Amino acid sequence: MYVKLNLAALSETKPHEYAIRFLFGGLVTVITGIIAKRFGPTVGGLFLAFPAIFPATATLVAAHQRAKKYRAGIDGTARGRDAAALEARGASLGAIGLLAFAAIVWIFLPAHPAAAVLLAAAAAWLAVSVSLWRLRQILR
Amino acid sequence: MDSVFRFLVGGLFVSAFAVFGTVLKPKSFAGLFGAAPSVALATLALTVATDGKSYAAIEARSMLAGAAAFFVYAWCAMVLLYRYKPSAKISTSLLLFLWLAVALTLWFFFFRMAA
Repeated sequence: MYVKLNLAALSETKPHEYAIRFLFGGLVTVITGIIAKRFGPTVGGLFLAFPAIFPATATLVAAHQRAKKYRAGIDGTARGRDAAALEARGASLGAIGLLAFAAIVWIFLPAHPAAAVLLAAAAAWLAVSVSLWRLRQILR
Repeated sequence: MDSVFRFLVGGLFVSAFAVFGTVLKPKSFAGLFGAAPSVALATLALTVATDGKSYAAIEARSMLAGAAAFFVYAWCAMVLLYRYKPSAKISTSLLLFLWLAVALTLWFFFFRMAA
């Protein structure tokens, strides 16, 4: 199965759905900072991998799939939840990529330029996540 | 003022990654972006600027426990949604408590006990 770009999906997403993601992202970043200040960086660091926007994303995916089936005259409730499950499967692989991200930042940040380390860590997240996704496609 | 700046930076990073998740197909691939390091990138960049690299590295070490908990969270969400088909909103929201429990347990055994 090939990866495709579906730019039409941007117009299917309503403005308030973008706003919800922005709001959750902003709030979690603020709360993570407050937790780190109050309880220290070892506790605050946990929340760098808090699945903040996942419930909103899974809900939107399920709702879009349900609406698509509804327009075709089918009750798409179960299909919507299957679509959310697929989203969760992808997120589980992305979470393994997050482990690579965190390990790279932890090991290399103290002695190397911050911007380079963060970029390398983000690239490692992408490489690990995509490789695992591809591996799963091959082994299936 | 610092909180407003954090809010804007965090919102922008999360929104940018969410756009990738929206336009990419198939859904299992787009799902990778549900676990993108968006909050981590925003927070760590700001933390380096305000508290220094060593402080940010300690946060990243704890993030390992949070990421492992995210894996458990997403895996459980997938199994639950496939097998029992509950509401996506309710199940993925309630499972955040599972994330918290797993993250705090890992943190306690690997980081607090080791300290």
